Amino acid sequence: MSIQLRGIHKGFGAKKILRGLDLDVDEGETMSLVGFSGAGKSLTLKHIVGLMKPDAGTVHVDGHEVPTLPREKLFKLRLDMGYVFQFAALFDSMTIGENIAMGLRKKGGMTQAQIRDRVEESLALVDLAGFSSRFPQEMSGGQQKRAGLARAIAYRPKYLLYDEPTSGLDPVTTTVIDRLVLRMKKELGVTSLVITHDMKSAYAISDRIGMLYEGKLVEVGTPQQFQESRNPIVRAFVEGEPGLKHDAEDPLPMGGDGAAGKGRKR
Amino acid sequence: MLARRGVRSYLDGMNLSLPFAIVGSAILGLLSSFGQFSRFVGDLIRALTDVRTWGPLTVGQMRRLGVDSLPIALFLSCFTGIVLALQASYTFTGAIPLYFVGALVTKTMILELGPVLTGLALSGRVGANIAAELGTMRVSEQIDALETMAYNPIAYLVVPRVLAGTIMVPLLVIFSNVLGIASGWITSMNVLDMTSAQFVRGSRLFYDSFDIVYCVIKSTSFGLTITVLGCYQGFNTRGGAEGVGIATTRAVVLASMMILVLDAFWALVLLQ
Repeated sequence: MSIQLRGIHKGFGAKKILRGLDLDVDEGETMSLVGFSGAGKSLTLKHIVGLMKPDAGTVHVDGHEVPTLPREKLFKLRLDMGYVFQFAALFDSMTIGENIAMGLRKKGGMTQAQIRDRVEESLALVDLAGFSSRFPQEMSGGQQKRAGLARAIAYRPKYLLYDEPTSGLDPVTTTVIDRLVLRMKKELGVTSLVITHDMKSAYAISDRIGMLYEGKLVEVGTPQQFQESRNPIVRAFVEGEPGLKHDAEDPLPMGGDGAAGKGRKR
Repeated sequence: MLARRGVRSYLDGMNLSLPFAIVGSAILGLLSSFGQFSRFVGDLIRALTDVRTWGPLTVGQMRRLGVDSLPIALFLSCFTGIVLALQASYTFTGAIPLYFVGALVTKTMILELGPVLTGLALSGRVGANIAAELGTMRVSEQIDALETMAYNPIAYLVVPRVLAGTIMVPLLVIFSNVLGIASGWITSMNVLDMTSAQFVRGSRLFYDSFDIVYCVIKSTSFGLTITVLGCYQGFNTRGGAEGVGIATTRAVVLASMMILVLDAFWALVLLQ
């Protein structure tokens, strides 16, 4: 069980975002992926979950080549993956409880009572006990984000993909989320890939940290190795030094990448 | 000689490939859109096999898209029936027996105004509703979230809406026809000094049971068109709020245009 990306290239028109990305996340490992805005971090996650197809290269999850997997098998594989969206992506026509129950119902094998219990348990894990009957629009941004996390962990996936799980959260809630990531690894042996800009979180939760720059990983190492790195790109990022060339334009604006035909592999 | 040189230098100065580039780009864009739409329809047909996903959701959509649209459909047909009766009487007076008002109201409501006016109203209400809802779900990554939870978004979001529209629009049109004819009838008796028997006589004069079949076929195609175009535009929304607005406008405009095209198509195919 692992995530393996080899030689991933992805662009939109003339704009090349990923340029030969190689990435390995080992079984039971928590890896953080850091990089400047627009570096293609979210894009990388979308390749792993099969929401996007690479222009070139291979994506393997649990031994399956994701881009060529038949639809039914891809859906089955997705039930082993939890995805925490950057902006929660909760279904706004449903209550939080119904949002969380969606994945559980799809996975099957649970009674209604078991689903209700799991929903409450998942909400309690993110400090949202008693919120199951609320609608997303009745909650703050931070609460929505935590509810999105509860939805992703509810069906106990083997892989968790976090897209900036702590951005916009207060320091105390950030610590709660960090501890939850560590707990998922310790208790359930989950393999996690975390996109983050928060270096404090990255150091706290990661076994390894990778730095994405100009479509490739330019540094991979343990938090300590990362902190001690002399790579000027890593130093500039960690220390927040301006001046390094990077593309601040988001390659994945919400709801559109310039590619048509959403709902299919892009 | 000098004139010929002048023409040559003028032609050299022009970018002759530009018109070809514009036409070529337009053709490519059209083909690409057609291919994308065909793929969407293909996905929709394949998703019909996923009954466990769309089955439980379809009745809810029938209520939302169909039953909730009943007031606007009935409002339109009520006034259409009144106006039809009054205009028919105005046109026929002194030339044609007044009981022909019944014939005109009934025939026109069933064959044309019932389906087309209801279709146009629903392209605004239902088509816009679907495009805005799915467009918002697209831009807020809710459709991606559905996919990551192993749901087929076409089976979950599109199939229930398309089935609901295809089933409910003909039913709405039938209700509209009944109310339109009834309002024409009441107007004839109360405003035009016609008797009920005269109106019924006129209505029966040119009535053919095929009219109902024609009306149902036509309105089914309208329901299918409105919902498929609404879903397609919503599903392919790009950008943020502006993108949702564009998708919604496109859904309404395209559905309205297609209703008129289909109206002519069915008249050519079934009435000739």
